[in-house]
Amino acid sequence: MAAVNQPLGDLAADLTGPAATRRPSGLRASQRRRLNTFRYVAFTVFGLFFLLPLLAMVRFSLEGTTPGSWSVAAWTQIVSYPGPPPLLSSIEITLELAVITSAVMLLLVLPTMIWVQLRVQWFSRILEFICLLPLTIPAIVLVVGLAPIYNQIERYNVSALMLFWAYVILALPYAYRALAAGLAAVDARTLSEAARSLGARWPVVIFRVIVPNMVQAILNALLLTVALVLGEFTVAYLLSYVNLQTNLFEISRSSENAGVLFSASAATLAFAFILLMILSYAGRRLRRGRP
Amino acid sequence: MAAAITTETGAWVGTVPFLAYTGVFLLLPTGIVVWNAFKGNTGHWTFANISALNTGLVRSAFTGSLELCVISSLIGAVLGALLAYAVASGNPDGVVRRLYLAGSGVLAQFGGVTLAFAFLAAIGPTSGFYFHAPWFYDFPWGIAVIYCYFQIPLMTLVFLPAIDGLRAQWREAAESLGGSTWQYWRHVGAPLLAPAFIGATLLLFANALSAFATIEAWEDQISYVVPQSISTSLISEVGLANVHEGDALAFGMIVLVVIVMSGYFLLQRRAARWQR
Amino acid sequence: MTKLVAAAKQEGTLNVIALPNDWANYGTIIKTFTTKYGIKVNSIAPSDSSAQEVTQIEQKKGTSLAADVLDVGGSVATASTSLFAPYKVATWDSIPAGLKDPSGLYTGDYGGYMSVGYNSTKFGTITSLSQLLGKAFKSAVALNGNPTEANAALNGVMMANLAEGGTAGNIADGVNFFHKLKTAGNYVPVQATPATIKAGTTPVVFNWDYLNTAAVVGQPASTWKVFIPSNATLGGFYYQAINKQAPHPAAARLWEEYLFSQTADGGQNLWLQGGARPSEQVAMTSNGTIDKTAASALPPVVGTPIFLTEAQATAAATYLAANWAKAVS
Repeated sequence: MAAVNQPLGDLAADLTGPAATRRPSGLRASQRRRLNTFRYVAFTVFGLFFLLPLLAMVRFSLEGTTPGSWSVAAWTQIVSYPGPPPLLSSIEITLELAVITSAVMLLLVLPTMIWVQLRVQWFSRILEFICLLPLTIPAIVLVVGLAPIYNQIERYNVSALMLFWAYVILALPYAYRALAAGLAAVDARTLSEAARSLGARWPVVIFRVIVPNMVQAILNALLLTVALVLGEFTVAYLLSYVNLQTNLFEISRSSENAGVLFSASAATLAFAFILLMILSYAGRRLRRGRP
Repeated sequence: MAAAITTETGAWVGTVPFLAYTGVFLLLPTGIVVWNAFKGNTGHWTFANISALNTGLVRSAFTGSLELCVISSLIGAVLGALLAYAVASGNPDGVVRRLYLAGSGVLAQFGGVTLAFAFLAAIGPTSGFYFHAPWFYDFPWGIAVIYCYFQIPLMTLVFLPAIDGLRAQWREAAESLGGSTWQYWRHVGAPLLAPAFIGATLLLFANALSAFATIEAWEDQISYVVPQSISTSLISEVGLANVHEGDALAFGMIVLVVIVMSGYFLLQRRAARWQR
Repeated sequence: MTKLVAAAKQEGTLNVIALPNDWANYGTIIKTFTTKYGIKVNSIAPSDSSAQEVTQIEQKKGTSLAADVLDVGGSVATASTSLFAPYKVATWDSIPAGLKDPSGLYTGDYGGYMSVGYNSTKFGTITSLSQLLGKAFKSAVALNGNPTEANAALNGVMMANLAEGGTAGNIADGVNFFHKLKTAGNYVPVQATPATIKAGTTPVVFNWDYLNTAAVVGQPASTWKVFIPSNATLGGFYYQAINKQAPHPAAARLWEEYLFSQTADGGQNLWLQGGARPSEQVAMTSNGTIDKTAASALPPVVGTPIFLTEAQATAAATYLAANWAKAVS
């Protein structure tokens, strides 16, 4: 899944970018009609392909013990499933991981990017290279090299929350692209010179002048990081940690009642989808709000 | 602190936290993998691990990976491009576009365990949605269809900017010169989109190559692809020729992905010319 | 023993791994242990294979999360003795010599015979494995796990091997049988669970007989039957071992004492109630501590039982590692 989120940076930019106007398509009426037919057919066919498994998943999650009956047991089980280990605890761990990873990511990358842009320009190529490197070192490969490092980490802290060290790296390319797009849109140089000439010190310049102009990009980066953490399986599984995805995997391999698998998966998907839609409309409002 | 760092020569100190972090958690693991790939059981330098990659078992894992990746990326690329075109030719600010983009964003990211469950729900005698369900366990075509579930949305996302970059004026110009739809696409559209299309296909390829969670959650009884072999080598010690086989496999994967992603980056720069 | 109990209670926790609740009655065993001694049991990764158990204790070595005790198949046990601590339980002498390591590094705890469980309404009665190659069994036959990692799956292939006329020392015929299954379109690489059996995705399952009973599988006894080939009565035992770097060493040893105790609520009788054959069965039958009802409920053994030796198990594992993927893909 490594290379996936690079275009998600574009997606986020696309969803929240400058409001596009309806462009003339340069087509005659008959061509337009043919195009519309194609569009309707395409949307229907693809819609079916993508929706059917999702609908099946939701349907299974609502099925009762006898075929043909309905019950929300699978959904209430999300919080009550005893495991072992209990599903709720792995959901908590994953959500906490999402928060920690996002925070560390922002604190690590954003000031560095701004600082490099303003003061250490020659480093920006190196910065870009390092940030995009995880795209070419996929998680399945990275975890082979991380195993000995995590052996050391575990001597100090055995909690699954330690996964954040690796997750920040995994999220690096996507967050970087989102933040870089935002930073490029801000005239950092001018802003910083203006602020400095008014007597501002560097921390103020970075955090109180430039960052507030990048809220959209920061939101994008946060969303991509959260999505990644929610769906991460490979690293947790191969390092023998328990997170949401490995817990679901474990349940699927051994448990009789599989209903909670489908309800938990459907819930996670819905959560991410709603986040993206909110971001899409929030981006539009943020733009409109600014003069 | 601010005073000390404002000198030009001292400014690079600000990059230290970032370098330290990525040094330990990105560069060091990569280094470990590459280093160990060349170490033998006795601790000496050797090419034995790398040449062992050419043995039947590993070769079939790489062949399997290549098969699955080529099929799923080609199908994903073509279908994804069509879907991207359908989305791009609509209202740029409309609900349909937002829905499809948000949906693609979610689906492209949520391969893995969740996707396997969705397909488990969709196939099987009691669900009735799909027929000939066991076919989905076939390698490579059945599993490729499941891979397309995240490849197509990924293609839509990557390729959309390229299609957006096709200006209406070019279509009008072609029309006014008497060209048909087919001629427009053949002489104008396709050559313009080609670098982006090929680049995006390469991205899909690298994505499929790295995917582990989906196929592992779908079926873990047979190691078809390299990520599964890496997983097995991390878990099982029985039957391995040497302890660093996992590292050699990982190294092989790095080489492959580097080649593919370099192609992607190069083509992306070329394609970007037309997208402004 | 009282000192051991006191030390274990002070530790207060036990980490076990790869013990599904419905596997040979482990659910009841764990609960009884907790009630009896007040020690909390952390059940880690129930669906892990034997190989994954060893990986876990290596990866979590030196931390409080490592598993204290392991329950592994024979080939993994003999390959991993460097990670175990030797321990001889009080009832050591009741365990047959062939089922334990002389220095106590691993001890056979329970076993069964490899069998084929199947839906008899759909398929009639199965009397020989070669029937499974027929058209009626399209996409029907499933294993329990990955033979290159899981002991149960390895033995499943070995049973096919013996039924096809192969020898215990060479599993090639077994791999070939599954290759034929795959070519005929009859093999489905899905992990068989009660859910998949209920859904009809895996109506024929190669698994230990105590895992293939109608009760465990969740099917009515009238429609789910179990078949053990008379020319391939392959028995297999699992082995208990203690992690050398166990975070709770006293609890680990108390757990083993409990598992091998011959009391009515001890591990041996509880395993028997789960349909498995405890390693001390012979001794317990002669000294009268065995649960007679449960013992008579076990399916009779037809044919000469075969048990894999260490060397044979290792040879099989090596062969599978090199040839399994190719044969069934």
